[in-house]
Amino acid sequence: MLSFFNPLRIRGGVHPEAHKTATANLPIVTDFPLPKKLYIPLQQHVGKPAEPLIRVGDKVLKGQLLAYSQGMISAPVHAPSSGTILDVNDYPAPHPSALPIRMIVLETDGQDTWMLAPTVNDPFQLTPEDISLRVGAAGIVGLGGATFPTAVKLNMGREAHIDLLIINGSECEPYLSCDDRQMQERAEHIIDGVRIMLHSMTTTNAVVAIEDNKPLAFLAMQKAAQSFAAITVMQIPTRYPMGWDRQLIKYLTGKEVPVGSRSSEIGVTIHNVSTALAVHKAIRYGQPLVSRVVTVSGGAILRPLNIEVPLGTLIAELFTFCEVKTDAVARIIMGGPMMGDALPHVNLPTVKATSGVLALTQSELKNTEEHPCIRCASCISVCPAGLRPLDMANNIRMNQLDAAVDIGLKDCISCGCCSYICPSNIPLVQYFKYAAGEVAARQQAQHKSEQTKRLIDARAARFKRIADQQAAEEQVRLAAKAARSHQLTTDSDTSTILGSRLAQQSEVDAH
Amino acid sequence: MYVLAAIVSLTLLGLLLGFLLGLAGKYLKVESSPLLDAIEALLPGSQCGQCGFIGCKPAAEALANGNAPATICPPGGSALAEQLALLLGLDLDLSDVKEPELLVARVSEATCTGCTRCFKVCPTDAIVGAPKQIHAVVADACIGCKKCIDVCPTECLQMHAIEVTLRNWRWTKPVTAKAEVNTMGEALC
Amino acid sequence: MKTSFKLSSGAHIGTRITVSHIMWQVMLALTPATVLGLYLFGWPAINLFVITVLSALFFEALCLKLAGRFARSVLLDGSALLTGWLLAMTLPPWSPWWIGVVGSGLAIILGKHVYGGLGQNLFNPAMLARVALLISFPIEMTTWVNVSPLFFTESPGIVTSWQITFGGLEHLDAVTGATTLGFIKTEFSQNHLLSDILTEYSGFLNFIGWTRGSLGETSSLLLALGGVWLIRQGIIQWHIPAALLLSVTLLSSIFHLLDNQHYVSPLLHLNSGAIVCVAFFIATDYVTSPNTPTGCLVFGAGCGLLIFVIRTWGAYPEGAGFAILLMNAATPLIDTYIKPRIYGRDHKGKPIEILKS
Repeated sequence: MLSFFNPLRIRGGVHPEAHKTATANLPIVTDFPLPKKLYIPLQQHVGKPAEPLIRVGDKVLKGQLLAYSQGMISAPVHAPSSGTILDVNDYPAPHPSALPIRMIVLETDGQDTWMLAPTVNDPFQLTPEDISLRVGAAGIVGLGGATFPTAVKLNMGREAHIDLLIINGSECEPYLSCDDRQMQERAEHIIDGVRIMLHSMTTTNAVVAIEDNKPLAFLAMQKAAQSFAAITVMQIPTRYPMGWDRQLIKYLTGKEVPVGSRSSEIGVTIHNVSTALAVHKAIRYGQPLVSRVVTVSGGAILRPLNIEVPLGTLIAELFTFCEVKTDAVARIIMGGPMMGDALPHVNLPTVKATSGVLALTQSELKNTEEHPCIRCASCISVCPAGLRPLDMANNIRMNQLDAAVDIGLKDCISCGCCSYICPSNIPLVQYFKYAAGEVAARQQAQHKSEQTKRLIDARAARFKRIADQQAAEEQVRLAAKAARSHQLTTDSDTSTILGSRLAQQSEVDAH
Repeated sequence: MYVLAAIVSLTLLGLLLGFLLGLAGKYLKVESSPLLDAIEALLPGSQCGQCGFIGCKPAAEALANGNAPATICPPGGSALAEQLALLLGLDLDLSDVKEPELLVARVSEATCTGCTRCFKVCPTDAIVGAPKQIHAVVADACIGCKKCIDVCPTECLQMHAIEVTLRNWRWTKPVTAKAEVNTMGEALC
Repeated sequence: MKTSFKLSSGAHIGTRITVSHIMWQVMLALTPATVLGLYLFGWPAINLFVITVLSALFFEALCLKLAGRFARSVLLDGSALLTGWLLAMTLPPWSPWWIGVVGSGLAIILGKHVYGGLGQNLFNPAMLARVALLISFPIEMTTWVNVSPLFFTESPGIVTSWQITFGGLEHLDAVTGATTLGFIKTEFSQNHLLSDILTEYSGFLNFIGWTRGSLGETSSLLLALGGVWLIRQGIIQWHIPAALLLSVTLLSSIFHLLDNQHYVSPLLHLNSGAIVCVAFFIATDYVTSPNTPTGCLVFGAGCGLLIFVIRTWGAYPEGAGFAILLMNAATPLIDTYIKPRIYGRDHKGKPIEILKS
């Protein structure tokens, strides 16, 4: 019934000012001066952190494996340049809290010497499984920002026999233009990466979806894909968050991914254009993921650019290169201005997820003067997930977290549309992030209290067992005494009793 | 006269109904023992005594009788307080309740003599070690009851706040404008 | 560069639209109809308008002070001003001063602040105040003067207008009468037929506003223009006005076709009384209307139905105020039952099933 009033396939969404022209018309800078030191976090992906296999003082070449992936969902980390390992220790993470995480510090030698790697002339001779393995070994993760290990996704796509691969070139976040530039400049390589991905998933159809505010990228990609019938390049409406994978899937296929399921379960897998490019490099040239294109932009940046940056470069160096107006900076953001994280300072490294680094001025930021909610319901109409942000925020404000969960807190994707549109400047997304964390913390606390109870019960049971044993032992002793008084016992019997007693005693001690 | 009749009849009606309600409350009282069990099941059962009662059962009795607030149990935190409030039908105002700072015991390796006294009193077996060897606290199992602190002869056990790492870092709740005004008001007073 | 920033989550950018921006846009849309109305009813109407708006601001300031939330920006966010303005538009233009003051007090204190202030109220404050005034002071609230524009010789001057506003109408032989709807209601009660009743009725004069009534009842034309502009500006959505006007049109058409001597034509329904003002400015109040487009359609249709029923069979000639209050009370219910479907879930909140193809 509701669909009658909402015939469009796109739900919600906003039209923020794009701010992309400053960088979208300039070529990607590929001669960024190599930093003296690179700070490479061991976790730049969803899943388990990588485990370092180098030692401090080791000399490494560009592309050499520094840390190997642990477990099913993880990704290895490679040296972004050649040089010496200075340290493996905790350093501030590129995260709103800037709390420390484990990083490898690499002092570059300026040579930037690649490790010798075999090139593959015809990747289509490789088995699909082999491609997944190579992609996994190259440390490739979803470069759109989700950083889910790509190899795992390729395997899931192959196992689920998907019938469509979607390549996400929507880049709906304002300011960012790194995907746009890469599609304009490296279209052939991206299309090659798409073909390799198709081969790896043993499927035949791919759609490259590009927002219609990037006509040059669309033309370049269309030209590159011309000779491959399997790959369709198409334009999609410009609307944030068009790049949300589930929104894009709905728009292109008309199908929704059920809550709690993966997109491969409805026959679709979605990858980012940068990821396709990384796959191309990894398979054709054996180059692992050691650099990425980062948009450096914002009102406080004098020379906004797209830069090919070695992973681990400090943001401070990017800002120096792009000439930042220091006193005009009101907020530093990693990622886009809708979903990105505000960083407390600039001495934090760029990672695989860093699509952009923005230095915004006060006038670009949303006003933070908060007013009471007037129930204008704008947040409901822009929510792409179909939630009711105003009711959820009210519940959370009153500490009714369970009620917020009941009306969909866990389905929130933190896209920021509600915060963007709110005329009362209510920090809705922060309410939801807070509540999600709090719910998780409470679940942990619940778990801990159950565990505590189990431990206490176990302890009580143990004490009872020991008491019982001691009582039994006392009886044995008394019985033995009584027996001894009647008749002589052999030495071996005594030693048996003594032995068992010792064993019991040692068990008591062990506890 | 008309008005007087109305007043009198309504008053009588009120008195009668109130009396009946009182009788019902007295004679149809529900025994509260199932409630007591339910409360006890929720409480940690570690008998840590941080609430001021000697154990979890007396605390549960106090809660059942309405002599203790839902926020009584520090190790349970606000999660437990909410569950208790739900069970007891209490209005819970967590905004004034500060989340107790969670502490865990930590052994200072320099001064530990391996006397084993601490792990004998630990209600959750959170301390591991052997005689004459340095003990260690399993932070995940420690409930912060401080019993080990009292028995340690060398004061090598100390309580520390749980370290904030990226794994347990959480977003803070946005401060509302109203709360800001309130704190400003306090500052002025 | 500053080394530390306040922890803040996305979105870091936002629209420039604020609450007061919205309020001012609504007031801007009301301005043409208000100015015309004030011109047509002259100085006493201007006195009442100023008194009502100022007292609304006064009560707002008082309440904010009592709640300890007083701030210039909060007082002047436009919400109290708009409430006062809307209330003034529902009053008979020559009402005495205390009608405006009492009305504003009811609207701001009882209609808004007892619920907890802006955004918390269940009922539309202006409508609540109007209905309370109508029930409490039926004479003052149903005394409608003829149109007497400013600067006409027979219209009251400034000094006379003070007598009217502060002394009442008793001492003056002002020409009063009933509104169109009131007149029809009275005539119906004397078993007259519509064709006899409406001999002097001019749809055109009613449409531009040259008729007896409150400022919000007279110029359907300017009010509708203001409302359409608001929709174009994106301040209000089309759902409530469309559903309200359509349901009134539909119902009145059916009954008018069945019996055109006892049921007023749809044109007259749409053209008289506060229906246009209510459809665009009152029913669309964010706080007291549902949150979803479908909910808004239900809400608007409900308002239309009630307006038609009260006008046709009720005791009052105009039912807009009552209709709005009744539907306001139903808003939480509508929001409980009509809510958006969450992505990847069915309407009951269960994950949707994967269709095996």
